[in-house]
Parts: sequence; structure tokens; C-alpha cells
Amino acid sequence: MSLGEFLYMGGHAPYVWTSWGLSMLAILSIFILAKRRNARIRRRLITQLQRKDKFDV
Amino acid sequence: MFSILNRFYHQLGSPKEFYPISTVTTPIFGLLALALFIPGAYLGLVVAPADYQQGDSYRIIFVHVPAAWLSLMIYVIMAVAAAIALIWRMKMAFAVVICSAPIGAVFTALALITGSLWAKPTWGTWWVWDARLTFELILLFLYVGIFSMYHAFDERRIGERATALLSIVGVVIVPIIHYSVEWWSSLHQGQTVFRDGGPAMPPSMLTPLLLMAGSATFFYGYALFLNLRAHVLEENKGKQWVQGMAKKWIKRG
Repeated sequence: MSLGEFLYMGGHAPYVWTSWGLSMLAILSIFILAKRRNARIRRRLITQLQRKDKFDV
Repeated sequence: MFSILNRFYHQLGSPKEFYPISTVTTPIFGLLALALFIPGAYLGLVVAPADYQQGDSYRIIFVHVPAAWLSLMIYVIMAVAAAIALIWRMKMAFAVVICSAPIGAVFTALALITGSLWAKPTWGTWWVWDARLTFELILLFLYVGIFSMYHAFDERRIGERATALLSIVGVVIVPIIHYSVEWWSSLHQGQTVFRDGGPAMPPSMLTPLLLMAGSATFFYGYALFLNLRAHVLEENKGKQWVQGMAKKWIKRG
């Protein structure tokens, strides 16, 4: 099977690749949003702590 | 046996215990999801033969069925967690409910969209108001409703209780969707994998389907744990153990 044939999907390319593409996009979005959410709260905790330390000194 | 279960329950039930455990388990879920996805996608897109009736369009099944499976499984997990949260006032159980709802909504939407993309070349239409499709759409509204309800209350505890209650009541939709293709005549095809007499699929198609479904399940575990970790930190930011961890992060730079 050639690459062209593979991408053509027997004429169903728009349906198959849109389905797979959207699925990958959904998974990637869930992953990135969750990672960012963790980074954000960690950053906030760190800055809060650093600010508090400054006042304590 | 019981004591192990008991310990497990109390460890996962306490945010302080959950956090370090999840540091180890979360990436394992992610790696397992990836490890099943790669062969699943390869076998499904390249190796599996075209269907004798539908040609290559049936390859949508490898993303459609896992998404639909997750839309139901996540709901069941959410409803069980909601019951635990209501009965034993367990904070972590409620965290599972509120972290699962958006993930469930995404996979339900995905099941509907990929289903629609599969329906067009197969049935000749994007959508029919058929029992399974309609109830799956209602499931999407339920997920969205549960998530919105939590954020709609000023009084948090009331919001949590209302959200948990709605999750539990809504679980009735899961068997309705599952059996819809048997109870009502439907354009949607019947049970293919879990049916009497074994799966109606050759192994060349069944293997990638199971790999993709397994991968999706682990991905849900991964995404849930990632969100739980952030949720736990957000909820406990004033606590000693969180402050202690933040100190370590600063030291590490």
C-alpha cells in the first residue's frame, strides 16, 4: 500500500481523518490544560511563599 | 485483604496521602495509555483490512467506540464517587466527581461528533433522532449541567451536595444508552463486542479496538489524576504539608 492510498482511505479520507484528528486534538487539549493547571498552582504557591518569607525577615 | 483495602481507601481519601502516591501513579497511567495507543493506532489504521460493506470509513470505530465507552464509564465512576462523597462526606470522592465531569463531557462530545462523521458515509445523514444518539446527547447536557451546577452556588457545600445528587440521579441514563439498540429499533448498529456468542468482529479488527479502548481508559486515569493533583493543591494551599512541598520546590529551583 502506498502512502497516497493510505491517506485516501478508499475515498473516505475526510470522514476518517477528521474523526481521528479531532480525537487527537481533544486528548492533547485535555493533557495541555491539565499540565498548565498544575504549573499555575505550583507557581502561585511558590510566589506566595516567597512573599511571606520577605515579610518574616 | 480487608485491611489492605481499608488502608488504600484511607490513603487515597486523604489529599495529603494522595499527592505523593499520585506523583508515582500518574505518569504510569500516561505511559500505559501511550503504550497501548501506538500499536492500536497502527493496527487500526494500517494493518486491519477494510470492511467488506463500509470500506475504510469503519476505521472511525477505533476512535468512536473508545470515546463512547469512556462517556459511559466516566459517568459510572462519577456517580459512585458522588455517592461516596454524599454518604461518607469524603472530600477526595467529590474531587473525583468535579474533575471527571469536564473529561466526560469532552469524550461524550467526541463520541457524538465522530459518530456523526461515520453516519454521513454509512447512513447518508449526519444525524437522526434515534434513541441511542438522542440519549448520548442528553448525557452531554448532563455532564455540562453537573459542572455548571457546581460553579453556580455561592455556598460551596450546598453546591457540592447538589452536584453529587444530580450525578447520582443521572446515572439512570447509562443503562438506557447501553441497551438502547436492543430496546428500540435503531439505525445504530447493535452490540458488536459484548454480545451473546462473542464479538462479531475478526481479531484483526477486534485487537486494535480493544487496544484503543484500553488506551482511552488509561488516558482517563491519567487526565483525572493530573486534574486531581492540581485540585488538591488548590484546595489545600494553606495547609502545612502543601507549604512544606512548596519550600522544597523553591530549594530545588
